[in-house]
Amino acid sequence: MSSSTADYRSPSDALSAAAMQLAKGQPLLEVRDLRTYFPIKKGLLQRTVGHVKAVDGVTFNVPVAQTLGLVGESGCGKTTVGRSLLRLIPATSGEVVFRGMDFFAYRGEELRKLRRQMQIIFQDPMSSLNPRMTVGNIIGEPIVVHGIAKGRDKDELVASLLTRVGLDPSYASRYPHEFSGGQRQRIGIARALALSPSFIVCDEPVSALDVSIQSQILNLLQDLQQERNIAYLFIAHNLAVVEHFCDEVAVMYLGRIVEKAGSKELYGNPKHPYTKALLSAVPDIDPRPRRERIVLQGEVPSPSRPPTGCAFHPRCALTREAAKGASAAETTEIKVGGDRLRVLTKCVMEAPELEQKQGEPGHVAACWVSR
Amino acid sequence: MPEPLLQIRDLNIAFETSRGDVRPVRDMNLTIFPGQTVAVVGESGCGKSVTAMSILQLLPKPPAKYLSGQIFFQGRDLLKESERAMRSVRGKDIAMIFQEPMTSLNPVYTIGDQIVEAVALHQGKSGRAGYAVAQQALEDVGIADPARRLGEYPHQMSGGMRQRVMIAMALSCQPKLLIADEPTTALDVTIQAQILELLRKLQKERNMAIMLITHDLGVVAENADAVAVMYASRNVETATVEELFDHPMHPYTEGLFKSIPKLGANRDRLDTIPGTVPNPQRFPAGCKFHPRCHRMQGDVKCSTVEPNLREVQPAHWASCHHVPGYESALVTIPTISHKRQITARVTQEVNA
Repeated sequence: MSSSTADYRSPSDALSAAAMQLAKGQPLLEVRDLRTYFPIKKGLLQRTVGHVKAVDGVTFNVPVAQTLGLVGESGCGKTTVGRSLLRLIPATSGEVVFRGMDFFAYRGEELRKLRRQMQIIFQDPMSSLNPRMTVGNIIGEPIVVHGIAKGRDKDELVASLLTRVGLDPSYASRYPHEFSGGQRQRIGIARALALSPSFIVCDEPVSALDVSIQSQILNLLQDLQQERNIAYLFIAHNLAVVEHFCDEVAVMYLGRIVEKAGSKELYGNPKHPYTKALLSAVPDIDPRPRRERIVLQGEVPSPSRPPTGCAFHPRCALTREAAKGASAAETTEIKVGGDRLRVLTKCVMEAPELEQKQGEPGHVAACWVSR
Repeated sequence: MPEPLLQIRDLNIAFETSRGDVRPVRDMNLTIFPGQTVAVVGESGCGKSVTAMSILQLLPKPPAKYLSGQIFFQGRDLLKESERAMRSVRGKDIAMIFQEPMTSLNPVYTIGDQIVEAVALHQGKSGRAGYAVAQQALEDVGIADPARRLGEYPHQMSGGMRQRVMIAMALSCQPKLLIADEPTTALDVTIQAQILELLRKLQKERNMAIMLITHDLGVVAENADAVAVMYASRNVETATVEELFDHPMHPYTEGLFKSIPKLGANRDRLDTIPGTVPNPQRFPAGCKFHPRCHRMQGDVKCSTVEPNLREVQPAHWASCHHVPGYESALVTIPTISHKRQITARVTQEVNA
């Protein structure tokens, strides 16, 4: 039993029922300063010439049976966060503590046992189900691999899982191509549930589905959370879905969390200028819109060459506004796409850390200007 | 009332398959006036894209068969035109942009060559004159440094930029109608906002009509003047955008509105439409929505007689036996020349 540090319990202990009890107030999952860099290789010798900092120092907690939403635009690193913390992509540095255990320190059999507790649901229900396996085998495989049940017991377990996600148990003998997108996503959910996990990463679970099917899947996930005390990391780009589904929401921009708060607080009282722009860009389901729209010009910069200081500064209206009222010594002129703009020097030079803003306790944002 | 630019009347299309014909479009009616945006909304497989493709005669025959109907564009029936005549309509009078800007641009030609090809074909300008038109087209869609961009290849651009190029290409010949098939579905929200803003601006400048095909009701709410909702290959409801969002009549439309999460709406649970969209090879009898409908309540009429589209209220068409006034309403071709009173929201342009 070789656990890395004395504070952490070994997984065999952890898998005993008593150890499954979390200390009061302790989060189920803690992610501390997670970084995932991908090397950029060039030339004949494939020398590493730089790194894409896909995830650059991300910290958050997921409490038991709660949902943390992770939002941001494509390329912001939200999917990489989900995959890195499950060790599907090796992280460069950082810590993931699951039930008080240092998840990154485990190897072999112990890791396998711990992994039962953590599952993932993918965006594309077609490419994430093996087309040559029957639905029964897809859902039954983890049950057999982890030695939970075999033979008829396994079949019964599969049937009960299918029933739970709203499918007919007779579908076990069919193949994925025989199902619609929504049904396939239900199969993916049944597979994730097979090992009774306490934590599931949901990576865009409804964005490939039709509108009338999305709500069915969201309600199913919600019911399962209540029934089985499952915590979710809900990764999505649809802000309305995230608001509806999550207890807490973190907004990512270029590999970092720029704002985090309770769902209601974040949507009602956004602090970071990027969050504000993102929220205002969501089309109103109302032909007579009321909200003001902030149209961000330009696009997200490449994560291989992120801007210095606050990565958002070249697109930020707030720093320009603040620069107008500041002394010349505190401001700098930057060139963005041919325009010369005056911004706060601080925003260009130093990256802001997440700090408590005016609002609910726990409402943090990384911005020099916003209060 | 002005003359419609495009009018689709009772269009019926079949696809021949080894297991018999399927019907992707049934009894479709749609009218678009100059300068108007008409949204066609529905879920995947409902027939909205097939309808659009049929306007430009882009459906391969076989398997496609036009069973009946007319597609009038500026008074002439496109279904009766020769392939040669259609070639001068495509791109010139009616242009189309697609969901996937990557797959609809040719990866081995520069952006400039691809735009000039269309310009040379329809405006007879090639070489330097063609490039001048192409450069102007890129400038119109807000691409910085257009002269340099003309020499680039599609893979050198981001998704939002490629969609701008597609729009530039589509609009380079000043079409009267733009068919936009899910133009922003593959894009992030902030880029979607930019592209829709651009389309609105260009539409206003050129008095161009847009047929906007989408499944996103938010995009419809912000951009459409009139809306046609499709379900199971058929138009089940048509109204002005305000009327449709305020008073949806068809149970499918009503269900869609209730099942989407809205920003700022505090709801514990979403309402759902039970079941799934029927497979066109196995459409149920009667109303195609009846197996999922809460209004049916054992009514035999719903499961035996398919309701047709009727003008239940002035400028509001629906096809449901259970809409008040449906029985006595008349079957008319939906024609709405309405333009929304654009409540232009304050747009804070951030230049960067």
